[in-house]
Amino acid sequence: MSDFMSAEFLARAQFAFTVAFHIIFPAFTIGLASYLAVLEGLWLKTKDDAYLEAFRYWLKIFAVAFGMGVVSGIVMSYQFGTNWAVFSDKAGPVIGPLLGYEVLSAFFLEAGFLGIMLFGMNKVGKGLHYFATLMVAFGTLFSAFWILSVNSWMQTPAGYAINDVGQFVAADWWAVVFNPSFPYRLVHMVLAAYLTTAFVVGAVGAWHLLKDRTNRPARIMFSMAMWMATIVAPIQIIAGDMHGLNTLEHQPRKVAAMEGHYETKAGVPLILFGIPNDEEERVDYAIELPNVASFILTHDWNGTIQGLKEWPKEDRPPTAVVFWAFRIMVGLGLLMAALGLWSLWCRVRGKLHDSDLLKRAAVLMGPSGFIAVLAGWVVTEVGRQPYTVYGLLRTSDSLSPIAAPAVATSLAIFAIVYFIVFGAGTMYILRLMGKTPGDGSEGPEKGHPSHAAGTTPVAAYENHVSKEGAAK
Amino acid sequence: MMIDLPLIWAFLIAAAILIYVILDGFDLGIGILFPFLDHADDRDTAVNTVAPVWDGNETWLVLGGGGLFATFPLAYSVLMPALYVPVLLMLLGLIFRGVAFEFRWRDEGHRKYWDFGFVAGSYLATFCQGIALGAFVQGVEVTGRAYTGGWWDWLTPFSLLTGVALVVGYALLGATWLVMKTEGRLCDKAIRYARVSGVGILLFIGIISAATLSLDPHFMDAWFGAPALYYTGIVPLAVLAAALWLWRALGRAADYKPFLAAITLFVLCFIGLGIGLFPYMVPMQVTIWQAAAPDDSLQFLLIGTAVLLPIILGYTAYAYYIFRGKIKAGEGYH
Ligand code: HDD
Ligand code: HEM
Ligand code: HEM
Repeated sequence: MSDFMSAEFLARAQFAFTVAFHIIFPAFTIGLASYLAVLEGLWLKTKDDAYLEAFRYWLKIFAVAFGMGVVSGIVMSYQFGTNWAVFSDKAGPVIGPLLGYEVLSAFFLEAGFLGIMLFGMNKVGKGLHYFATLMVAFGTLFSAFWILSVNSWMQTPAGYAINDVGQFVAADWWAVVFNPSFPYRLVHMVLAAYLTTAFVVGAVGAWHLLKDRTNRPARIMFSMAMWMATIVAPIQIIAGDMHGLNTLEHQPRKVAAMEGHYETKAGVPLILFGIPNDEEERVDYAIELPNVASFILTHDWNGTIQGLKEWPKEDRPPTAVVFWAFRIMVGLGLLMAALGLWSLWCRVRGKLHDSDLLKRAAVLMGPSGFIAVLAGWVVTEVGRQPYTVYGLLRTSDSLSPIAAPAVATSLAIFAIVYFIVFGAGTMYILRLMGKTPGDGSEGPEKGHPSHAAGTTPVAAYENHVSKEGAAK
Repeated sequence: MMIDLPLIWAFLIAAAILIYVILDGFDLGIGILFPFLDHADDRDTAVNTVAPVWDGNETWLVLGGGGLFATFPLAYSVLMPALYVPVLLMLLGLIFRGVAFEFRWRDEGHRKYWDFGFVAGSYLATFCQGIALGAFVQGVEVTGRAYTGGWWDWLTPFSLLTGVALVVGYALLGATWLVMKTEGRLCDKAIRYARVSGVGILLFIGIISAATLSLDPHFMDAWFGAPALYYTGIVPLAVLAAALWLWRALGRAADYKPFLAAITLFVLCFIGLGIGLFPYMVPMQVTIWQAAAPDDSLQFLLIGTAVLLPIILGYTAYAYYIFRGKIKAGEGYH
């Protein structure tokens, strides 16, 4: 890794950069699609307009985020070939069909119904519109299913054989799809997406409640988000723990890097903080809790855990990145659960909407899901190094025959374009979030009558949609 | 093996690419025509005709790429590095084009910049797709299982020619789409653009066909070999017939017929290309059967495709049906 201008390093940097941008959007849209389905369902059931206001509010934000998810995702699907050609040739017969299923069962479903969901309120009936919303939500979940199956297979390959031209081929598709780490990764990632969305929704609700504590849609958002934090954050911690145990079984090197363990020994301490030093093979300035790591990982205070020294240096992941990313993720997970408990405590005393301190904390925690998701993926992917297919295909053997200057140029262009485009998109999302929910300020433009006709909510909404179009 | 799975998949991938070219072709064509629509209303109307469907259209590109990865990994891993520059530039173009649909409504003050992004992205993506096509047809350097050429090999007069031709072709699709979807001033204008681009594309078809034949003896054999000539001869005749149909349909009451005629032209060109390339997956280097993934992978994906593809076609058609009919100026979706 010393050569920062090698084609290999640049290709890795480009993949990491583009996929890290991509995951930000699905992490949000997977959760938001489900949330929109819940809001629309509640509106249909209760006929309470506040739910419709909230739905409308988040639908616009969803449209912007989804668009960015799509364009950044298409880049990913071609980058396997452009930058990881050998990997594509070798792993294509196994993971290609899974990606094919993702396109067929998820992307088309999302795309086919997205138009109806966004623009079809006044073209189809309520029931059909709700159906479209549900299909988009299912689509995002199917997408997560397949792509995580692919990724998990790269982490814990199973059900494969190797043919005479050196390609991986499937011996047992069931074992390929449901490879050992897949169920854990799927659960953990979907919960992560729900939490990410919950914290964004909670922050937006809290922000507007700080200005006007009577705003109904904002109260609904805040309350729903805090329920999610209360219930899902602890579940996520449990799921993360189980995921870690699974990783210990199948990728012990990665766990050693996460924990900062170089020596194999019994009664291992849990290192809270420290600076992993791969040269000297030790963690400097470590602050430790004696025997705790053994207990967490083996459920025995004196259990033995393998350290990195078990493997030759060239087969180990870079420790410091994995170590720190893991602490960021876990730290945020604990904070999320803490906020959830705090809100529960306020709620049971009937004061959920009274504490400004709680709301400020919720605003502050708004981006926490994104950071935790990125940190989690860095643990996963950097921890898999130096392999693309764990233990079987090295990253350095996966590369396309593309000269370093080509990759350097494309990386630079990607960086510029992504910052401009997704920077602007993020700004637009923040601007939409700055508008007060339910006051119609995101409705018809100035100078046009708002909600002129229509007594029922649907009519009012339809009216709003067409008026707004006319205004533009 | 009784059924020839690689052959079935070659047809399916080709079909996915063709559907992509037609569907995203008219979206991109809107972007190409955009600078020539000088009324702000016309621009909004034109964009609104495709806003609810562009994402679905682009998904066929993902199916083309993902499908190639799954079923012909060798071809995918040879072609993508060979086409590194045009493919990545195409993706960048698609980024600008795709976000502009939302961003232009979100930011009044900067709308002209996002509109510029929409136009530039559409041109860039189309031009690069055309270049990629030309570079693919003219062939790439392969040793063993890998691409061994340089990163500028794709750049030739031939590939530039196909690049320009595709811009004209997508403009035709976009213009005939607008003829179908709009009325009044915008529709009249679209008819004129359709005529200009229709004449243009016919010229390009002639030039590129001649140029292709001179690229490699295989193309000559495929077209003029003894038994082949009897059926290959039909293709150019059909192209002329379709062009005539297009011209006459544009003269009548403007409706869906010009769009169908334009699609027919594209389908015929695609068939012509297929005749020349068969049985190669990477021209004159790797055949369909050499590039194919093991039968087991092909079969696994085919089962799902057989079930899912008809469903996809069904709800896609339904989405088009919901947004059917002419769109009037000022009637938007946003
Ligand atoms: C909101 C996001 C979020 C939160 C709060 C957590 N995680 Fe996480 N974590 C992810 C989001 C995430 C992720 C982005 O979804 C990853 C990356 C790949 C994956 O499967 O999930 C991940 C990976 C990941 C891995 C790596 C698995 C592997 O690659 O083999 C482990 C061991 C944990 N997590 C454990 C935890 C623990 C013990 C947490 C308790 C506090 C925790 N995570 C909170
Ligand atoms: C979406 C969330 C993801 C994030 C944030 C992420 C992050 C990363 C990072 C940081 C790297 C660089 C690792 C390094 O070089 O040290 C990487 C590499 C890579 N990841 Fe992921 N990853 C994600 C999902 C996926 C998925 C779903 C797949 C497979 C389908 C995948 C396949 C790869 C490949 C092929 C590489 C390049 C080879 C390598 O450097 O290991 N990633 N990713
Ligand atoms: C390297 C890995 C990845 C590749 C190649 C990839 C590919 C793609 C592509 C091509 C699209 C656009 C689909 C369309 O046209 O509608 C997309 C969107 C999407 N992807 Fe990814 N993806 C990757 C990682 C992930 C991960 C890790 C997740 C979630 C766990 C994910 C979830 C989604 C979702 C939900 C969408 C829909 C758009 C959105 O919600 O923003 N993807 N992806």
